[in-house]
Amino acid sequence: FSHLTPHHKANRPEVIPSYSSSAMSEAVLPDVMVPPAVGGLYGEKAGGPVVDFSYVGIDAILEQMRRKAMKQGFELNIMVVGQSGLGKSTLMNTLFKSKVSRKSVLATAQEKIPKTIEIKSISHDIEEKGVRMKLTVIDTPGFGDQINNENCWQPIMKFINDQYEAYLQEEININRKKRIPDSRVHCCIYFIPPTGHCLRPLDVEFMRRLSKVVNIVPVIAKADTLTLEERDFFKKKIREELRANGIDVYPQKEFDEDAEDRMINEKIREMIPFAVVGSDQEYQVNGRRLLGRKTKWGTIEVENIAHCEFAYLRDLLIRTHMQNIKDITSSIHYEMYRVRRLNENNTVVTHANGIPEHHLAAHEM
Amino acid sequence: MNNDILSIYAHCGLRLSRLWIESARAVPLAGHVGFDSMPDQLVNKSVNHGFCFNILCVGETGLGKSTLMDTLFNTKFEGEPTQHNQPGVTLKSNTYELQESNVRLKLTVVNTVGFGDQINKEDSYKSIVEFIDAQFEAYLQEELKIKRTLHSYHDTRIHACLYFIAPTGHSLKSLDLVTMKKLDSKVNIIPIIAKSDAISKSELAKFKIKITSELVSNGVQIYQFPTDDESVAEINSTMNSHLPFAVVGSTEEVKIGNKMVKARQYPWGTVQVENENHCDFVKLREMLIRVNMEDLREQTHTRHYELYRRCKLEEMGFKDTDPDSKPFSLQETYEAKRNEFMGELQKKEEEMRQMFVQRVKEKEAELKEAEKELHEKFDRLKKLHQDEKKKLEEKKKSLDDELNMFKQKKTAAELLQNQAQQAGGSTTLKRDKERKK
Repeated sequence: FSHLTPHHKANRPEVIPSYSSSAMSEAVLPDVMVPPAVGGLYGEKAGGPVVDFSYVGIDAILEQMRRKAMKQGFELNIMVVGQSGLGKSTLMNTLFKSKVSRKSVLATAQEKIPKTIEIKSISHDIEEKGVRMKLTVIDTPGFGDQINNENCWQPIMKFINDQYEAYLQEEININRKKRIPDSRVHCCIYFIPPTGHCLRPLDVEFMRRLSKVVNIVPVIAKADTLTLEERDFFKKKIREELRANGIDVYPQKEFDEDAEDRMINEKIREMIPFAVVGSDQEYQVNGRRLLGRKTKWGTIEVENIAHCEFAYLRDLLIRTHMQNIKDITSSIHYEMYRVRRLNENNTVVTHANGIPEHHLAAHEM
Repeated sequence: MNNDILSIYAHCGLRLSRLWIESARAVPLAGHVGFDSMPDQLVNKSVNHGFCFNILCVGETGLGKSTLMDTLFNTKFEGEPTQHNQPGVTLKSNTYELQESNVRLKLTVVNTVGFGDQINKEDSYKSIVEFIDAQFEAYLQEELKIKRTLHSYHDTRIHACLYFIAPTGHSLKSLDLVTMKKLDSKVNIIPIIAKSDAISKSELAKFKIKITSELVSNGVQIYQFPTDDESVAEINSTMNSHLPFAVVGSTEEVKIGNKMVKARQYPWGTVQVENENHCDFVKLREMLIRVNMEDLREQTHTRHYELYRRCKLEEMGFKDTDPDSKPFSLQETYEAKRNEFMGELQKKEEEMRQMFVQRVKEKEAELKEAEKELHEKFDRLKKLHQDEKKKLEEKKKSLDDELNMFKQKKTAAELLQNQAQQAGGSTTLKRDKERKK
């Protein structure tokens, strides 16, 4: 059966008996007792013939997990927040190399600016090398576009909390689904306009409140209007302001698991917010077809890290930290919501029309 | 803010989440995005976290359960062979940390001690069922906690139950049937014929058929290796037809040709454990560990545990309600239980406070008593002291008087003496005068 699992060089499993216990007829749980001495390792008999078949095959479980994951597919829910015209849809389309987000039609005289913030959620099934993913992009048109933007974060927070609520409700069902559909917002990309100076009060307010319930990844939008020096200055200023206001954006310092994690994440923390440029147009550059923006003074290559930091954002979100983002959402943000929810005194759960006032108020930050 | 609009969007939000699956459309990608690394990310996370696998070995004493575990995992687990005089069936569980290349496995092996040894075996299965339920219960408790740590929870639920059948060659014992029937809805059962080197090949084939038909006719659900994934469907379905596996376990090695192999040596030949012509050990290892370990864990969680959870919650009085009508009873009952619990806590707190106050009072009284006694003692001693003082003073006075009297007598005596001397002097003069005459 060697075609199924890779044969490793006689790496016998090491046994370290950690703890043992006796369960009596009254069936108690095994609890940790005095740890016995290190158990016997199988020694190879000196000078004798090599022992074959010492491989047990425990590491085959990795392959089994991979198979299961490929069969089940993955889910990812990304929310984009920012004023209109900052290139949110274009960035999403660039990230996922397909039309996953519909660009808002250019406002004409007949088009009205939405009076309130809408939450628009679009899902697509995408597949790459056998890996299937259900990607949901949640757009928030109208954010920051009004004259009076007070409380514009409310509908967004409500949406995020509603997804947690839906998951919780399914989780506490008696007859629950095998796989609870995950509509929780894993990541919220916040678009900062490239003013070059500092964060606006709206940005601070929004990020302050939302960083407590969701992973926020701030990006500097349309960064091709900043020179490199302006960009560095702007980023430094933003980082200072985030620190000063106690805003913890992804990757959050307090969730670093070990030294290795911390090292990797520190490097990222020194670079955020990423200055990005999005484009879904391809141009010929040096004989290659690249995604870019063509201007009279040159072509900005989106995936060139000398031009902008799109590639870093893509790597972070998709190629290296996607699982981590989902884990933090489910094991930290969702759990926090759950604790809060289960501790509430007003436990009336209505999912018909109309959420009672106090329910809303409880989710205010 | 427009509450109406908010509530509509909220409604939409919740509705959306329920119709999640239906709204996705397939879309082609124009280039390499990179999320094909997701399975790797997931696997890496699991590797860092480590894995958990729990096996329960059910079978009569002496069927080679411990030896088989040693052989399967290629190590010597601790433990001496058990005695045959146990009064009841107990379960002994041992946890080991194994590592192979970069995979760390927390393996728990649970053995039934004394199974089949009693004269009356009616209740033998009970402790096994209780043990399995206890592991489910522990997980359920953790899942229902408010502040929970599910991802670092050490999962003790039994993922696979190896049922050891004695190699009689005839049929299943009634104890086996009863026990397996009780266990089949709680755990993945993999029946194996133990010490199968006691049976000849032809007898073995008949034995397997007999066992399978008895299991079927008694409605015992044993674990079927999954055939829905094409990459393993073929091998799994072949293996399904070889159940129950006839195994031989051995940790001793014998030289065959130029290799050392695990085997049992008899005068008439050597049974090689890993030779597929001799026994099904390799098949068992392949199925249990190398192909289906993850599926066993998943079945345990999604089928057996869910069933337990459902029954337990219904038993406790919870029930789901139609989503669009009344509020969840679960929430309310939960809340009611919580209030009850809080009430109890408060009562206990009150009790403790009372007791505390009481104790304080008592201690205070004791201390007051002690204080009073001390005062009295002090007074008494003071009085004693004063009496003594008085006595001493009197004595002093009388001594002083004596002294004065003595002084007086002394001065009087001195005076007399002086007078006497003067008189004596004159007397002497007088005498002298008389002599002179």
